[in-house]
Amino acid sequence: MSVEGTPTAGEGRSVSGRAFRQLLWVEVLQAWRQPTGLVWGVGLPIVLLIVFGNISAFKQPVTPGSSLTIFEVYIPVLFALSLVLLALVSLPTPLVAYREQGWLRRLSTTPITPVWLLAAQIIVNLALALATLLIVVLGGALFLGSRLPGNPGGFVLAALLVTVAIFALGLLGAAVAPTQGWASVMGGVLFFPLLFLAGLWYPLQNMPAIVRSVAGYSPLTAGVAAMQSAMQGDFPSAHDLLVLVGFAVVLGAAAVRFFRWE
Amino acid sequence: MSTPSGAERPADRHPVVTVDHLRKAYGSTVAVDDVSFTIAAGEIFGIIGPNGAGKTTTVECIAGLRVPDAGTIRVLGLDSRGDRAALHERVGVQLQQSSLPPKLRVGEVLDLFVSFYPHPLDPADLLETLGLAGKRHDYVQSLSGGLKQRLSIALALIGRPQIAILDELTTGLDPEARRETWRFIAHVRDRGATVILVTHYMDEVERLCDRVALIDRGRLLALETPPDLAERAGGGTHLRFVPSAEFPDALLTVLPEVQSLEHEGAAVVVTGGDAVLKAVLFTLDREGIALRDVRVTGGTLEDAFVRLTRHDHEEAPPA
Repeated sequence: MSVEGTPTAGEGRSVSGRAFRQLLWVEVLQAWRQPTGLVWGVGLPIVLLIVFGNISAFKQPVTPGSSLTIFEVYIPVLFALSLVLLALVSLPTPLVAYREQGWLRRLSTTPITPVWLLAAQIIVNLALALATLLIVVLGGALFLGSRLPGNPGGFVLAALLVTVAIFALGLLGAAVAPTQGWASVMGGVLFFPLLFLAGLWYPLQNMPAIVRSVAGYSPLTAGVAAMQSAMQGDFPSAHDLLVLVGFAVVLGAAAVRFFRWE
Repeated sequence: MSTPSGAERPADRHPVVTVDHLRKAYGSTVAVDDVSFTIAAGEIFGIIGPNGAGKTTTVECIAGLRVPDAGTIRVLGLDSRGDRAALHERVGVQLQQSSLPPKLRVGEVLDLFVSFYPHPLDPADLLETLGLAGKRHDYVQSLSGGLKQRLSIALALIGRPQIAILDELTTGLDPEARRETWRFIAHVRDRGATVILVTHYMDEVERLCDRVALIDRGRLLALETPPDLAERAGGGTHLRFVPSAEFPDALLTVLPEVQSLEHEGAAVVVTGGDAVLKAVLFTLDREGIALRDVRVTGGTLEDAFVRLTRHDHEEAPPA
């Protein structure tokens, strides 16, 4: 049980690739066996999509003269709901648990870096977010009478930026939450204001101007507004895109700065 | 336990771990204070000491998990603060208080660790050796404490490490499992690996370790072979027997070879140097007294441990 030649550079790379795939597989298995992200982050938006798509009043324009129906306005909102559940619940909870249990510490005594575990966890939740996005946009268009985004490029850009910003928020939560209990509390505290201001209970378009102008500085609201503009065929506003980029950079940097392995 | 091959003492062989003036404090609490030692290739090196003595901190510094405040540590020629990936490919670690994700199966965790190393052991063989073969499909959360411990040992050794650091190896194992684990660790060493063992069990040290470091309050109190350490504490030879007839204590205590005599119920325990056995037998035989239930023991490590660490505590100011 000892030296059998040191690995060559090529061998080292193949070990890395294999280790990362295995780590990713283990995260997929756990996401399947503890399906918080799957049930809430993907399941709930799909259920709401089907319900909203079958309410006849939701076929009306959201405001008189608007080209978007209420149902179409809700499509970015349902994606936003998925993002919040995935990034603020499904992503940080296992990461904080791994830290509490000493799993991150255990991994840091192996040749791999625990950063990979973080990456694997992010990839799993990003995949769930992407699946939800495809289902609400394409499923709505194919089966429930919504239209595809009029400005697909703007829509993809907005979806990408809001995803990065909200995932960065979730990672910051995982970075600073001392225990799993704290992670849930922080998720819960952020959940309602973020989603209320993004129009989950009441469309943004119908809110008083003062609320809308304040809400415009929430990353989730900016993301929803940017995606709704793209639904209508317009490119998202510079204001919304700047808010998203700003949050993504600041929250991402803070998450990197404060993340603890033990 | 078999002694290492050759007449040379383990400490004379080339060192794989060199700890030089290691110091580590947490806030104002000094956990390890100016500790130096070397560990030779192929040795089973024990680290013992009371709770909170700094044993775990010392091995965590060797494993590259903690950064020393002062001093240097070289492991297999690598600085413990340097290339961590290279270090961790060659050093397997079993940590205290580190649990595995509960919703994974034993085989899945093992396959994960297999993927981390360039030349891993065969996981099926390892599970067989550690008595986990039938548990491959069990969830980690359903394992008993002892089985979790065995899995943790398996994970430390799966990468075919040149050095295995095992913190509280057999805590939580039943006596049979402990013996199996000891045999396995001896086997690991016989195949060329060096083993660093942090333990509370003196029988484990006596069975396994070539040398043992006694650490108390962050300082290295002793570093020698287990028999030498036991001897150094002045244990001497204990002769315990039940005499066929009563006799006055003075009959034996007057002998120059006898240091002390105690009664334990019907039994008598005589302590002295190497010659005590012959002197006592001769004297009692002359008086026509026979001996039953005779036991002869050397000084124990436990004696040494208690004596050396208690001495240290007496010097401490009252808490």
